[in-house]
Amino acid sequence: MTPGEVVADVVVVGAGPAGLTAARELARDRRVLVLDRESEAGGIPRHSDHLGYGVRDLRRVTSGPAYARRLVANALDAGAEVRTEATVTGWAGERVLEVTSPQGRLVVRGGAVLLATGARERPRPARLVPGDRPAGVLTTGLLQNLVHLQHRSPGRRAVVVGAELVSWSAVLTLREAGTETVLLATEHERGESYAAVRATARLALRVPVATCTRVVRVIGHDAVEGVELLDLRTGRRRVVACDTVVFTGDWIPDHELARLGGLDLDPATRGPRVDSALRTSAAGVLAAGNLVHPVDTADAAALDGRHVADQVRRWLDLGEPPPRGARIVAVEPFRWVAPSLLVPGAPAPARRRLLLWAEDSRLVPRVVARQDGREVGRRSLPWPVAPGRVFRVPWSLLERADPLGGDVTIGLL
Amino acid sequence: MSDVRVDVAVDVAVVGAGIVGCAVARELSGTGLSVALLEARDDVGDATSKANTAILHTGFDATPGTLEARLVRRGYDLLSSYAVDAGIPVERVGAVLVAWDDEQLDALPKLHAKAVANGYLRGELVDAAEVYRRLPHLGPGALGGLVIPDESIVCSWTSALAFATEAVHRGTTLLLGRRVTGVDVGADATVLRTSAGDVTTRWVVNAAGLGADTIDRLLGHDRFTVVPRRGELLVFDKLARRLVDHIVLPVPTARGKGVLVSPTIYGNVMLGPTSEDIEDRRDTSTTEAGLAFLLGKGRALVPDLLDEEVTAAYAGLRAATEHADYVVDLDAVQRYVVLGGIRSTGLTASMALAEHVAGLLAAHGVDTAPRGGLPPVPRMPTIGEAFPRPYADAARIAQDPEYGRVVCFCERVTRGEIRDALASTIPPSDVDGLRRRTRALMGRCQGFYCGAEVTRLLAAGAAGERS
Repeated sequence: MTPGEVVADVVVVGAGPAGLTAARELARDRRVLVLDRESEAGGIPRHSDHLGYGVRDLRRVTSGPAYARRLVANALDAGAEVRTEATVTGWAGERVLEVTSPQGRLVVRGGAVLLATGARERPRPARLVPGDRPAGVLTTGLLQNLVHLQHRSPGRRAVVVGAELVSWSAVLTLREAGTETVLLATEHERGESYAAVRATARLALRVPVATCTRVVRVIGHDAVEGVELLDLRTGRRRVVACDTVVFTGDWIPDHELARLGGLDLDPATRGPRVDSALRTSAAGVLAAGNLVHPVDTADAAALDGRHVADQVRRWLDLGEPPPRGARIVAVEPFRWVAPSLLVPGAPAPARRRLLLWAEDSRLVPRVVARQDGREVGRRSLPWPVAPGRVFRVPWSLLERADPLGGDVTIGLL
Repeated sequence: MSDVRVDVAVDVAVVGAGIVGCAVARELSGTGLSVALLEARDDVGDATSKANTAILHTGFDATPGTLEARLVRRGYDLLSSYAVDAGIPVERVGAVLVAWDDEQLDALPKLHAKAVANGYLRGELVDAAEVYRRLPHLGPGALGGLVIPDESIVCSWTSALAFATEAVHRGTTLLLGRRVTGVDVGADATVLRTSAGDVTTRWVVNAAGLGADTIDRLLGHDRFTVVPRRGELLVFDKLARRLVDHIVLPVPTARGKGVLVSPTIYGNVMLGPTSEDIEDRRDTSTTEAGLAFLLGKGRALVPDLLDEEVTAAYAGLRAATEHADYVVDLDAVQRYVVLGGIRSTGLTASMALAEHVAGLLAAHGVDTAPRGGLPPVPRMPTIGEAFPRPYADAARIAQDPEYGRVVCFCERVTRGEIRDALASTIPPSDVDGLRRRTRALMGRCQGFYCGAEVTRLLAAGAAGERS
């Protein structure tokens, strides 16, 4: 039995904010097919049932599920085809995908392929947290699926690991499910996320935050009974009783398809390496959203989708070879930078911003770019650097960098 | 299940539904004997059998002349052939014992000679260049190796399930959730007191693994003490599989086979086990020291492995005793067979152990001749990565779209497979049981995407069963 074949101008993998927004833009003048493995399109916002979505792209404040529905409707209205329960399992050739769906095993051929597969939180094993393997250990994704999509309850007392934006999202979900968050534990010196969110959340939700604290053991054989915490400053250990542990943040891109396709990876983001036009090392394969910057907010991912649409058109019309240029490399206290390739003639990235992820806080950051042993750009920025969220730097920082030169490093003075 | 008290009378009661007990029940229910298989837990293969390193051993390095050496060798052939019939995934990836210092290098020829003494003739001593040709991602410093081309990887979960399924098809009464609490040996019959009813039997086979010494003492013996030997293991992402194409074995020491790196039958890479004698027979915790030790070993063995994500960390308990060999004995007066100290080689030896038990019984006048009209060998769902799976089977999806509905994305498990597992002869009792039958939830996201949906399907399946 030979698989069925489907052809489209643009095949988008992943119906989250980035993929759906790109589909909407492109469907105006191209045949667009969006594939998503979930039974419902919309991506992560589907199960983040709280406000804060759509600010930068739709210019309104809405809830995650409403935002997801709107993005799906926009893509469909523009003429894109969105197929759910369609799992891309590998590549059958250049820009040709193997797909499993209830309609059959398909081969999907695209003039261009846009990867928008997003990112996931590292689960407990990937964080190497020892102990036994009781029930009650979750990620935010699993927690929100349980509570918002299936209306089931986790336990009564939860410890949330991490203090990023998503960690507070987990706290909100737990509260809605009737679970008390007894502690938020973060290894960083300060709670991550935006100060405004943090202060409001701390006051409104009355959740104690333990900083410089690592979870070093999950206790309980069949069900979680508690966690052992290590204070990284004093070396002291203590046990906090709980029946639920939620590991939040610590994102890793869902890069399986990118790697199976042999795309160059950025070792820092672990996503495919892209230039400011979101082009990968494979001709006609582009990547957008949290796959290339794990993670920024949903609206930022959506704006990536808008930005990449013109670049997809450009590929379809001109068929240029994959980008070559100088690598952009993050140095301390930054962990990664996106995009990470500086290419001659490429347009500025989405919102004309470089995105960086930091391991440390800095209230008044002075960002510096260096190339081949000399400084090529410097900016003092009025917004702080903080771990657990994206730090944005104007693209003009690199206007004097040479795309044909050596690595460009970006750090702080 | 265990809340229902059922009294049962049989010819043979096998205590313990691990890999060995399941194999024994399967073997004996192929005769005219009636068999009950008792298990304290709610599923088969749910204790020490499930956290095995899942290597099908040639037995090349066993101590020649021991029962273990003989049964591992015989068991390798039996299980290899049964696996083909039952659809148990086996991959003959081969092993390379790698010497990292002169002492180990000197030990290799002795190991080679030992293999020959064990009847294994296909071992091959190789130099460092050949080691690196076979294992291009191996860390620096290897001095030479011994290649064992027939060492294989196998699915221990499917093995135990296949044995138990066939045993049930052959008429074995499977009694899950029944812990043996007392034993009354009478003149003609023995009564096993359990947490849910009595089992009256003529013969008792003790295959209780970590609890084998406890059962043995209930029958008045004091032959061995099980000291749980904890082994911690790390499983790396499938994207690491390209780094390790063979089982990489260290040169063994007195404490066991040491830390190995191996492909897994599910397409991952496994690193471990540690080896630590502990007291608590339930303590399957991983530890900070254990994980740090494994990462150190992994960094030396296959440095690139450390760039990949860890998908799972777990610990298994091996049923070690003070004896170097298996303890297998038949007490004719008590009509009792003990199978003690069956450590990690027991997976390979399982079918040979079963055959051995049948032989011991026959030698004591029990009729163990195979009966006619046995049902066919069950065909188990394929969960091996190197074998055709439903998500990639166009014909199967066209016939039944549920096989095209991927639920667990990381492991590509379809709703059809979950449905089948819930409707199987021995359905799962919990999420772990479903994982062992389908691979659902054992992947890199650990339920981030599909955990809620998979547990919903499991609950819906259980509800459907009740109604």
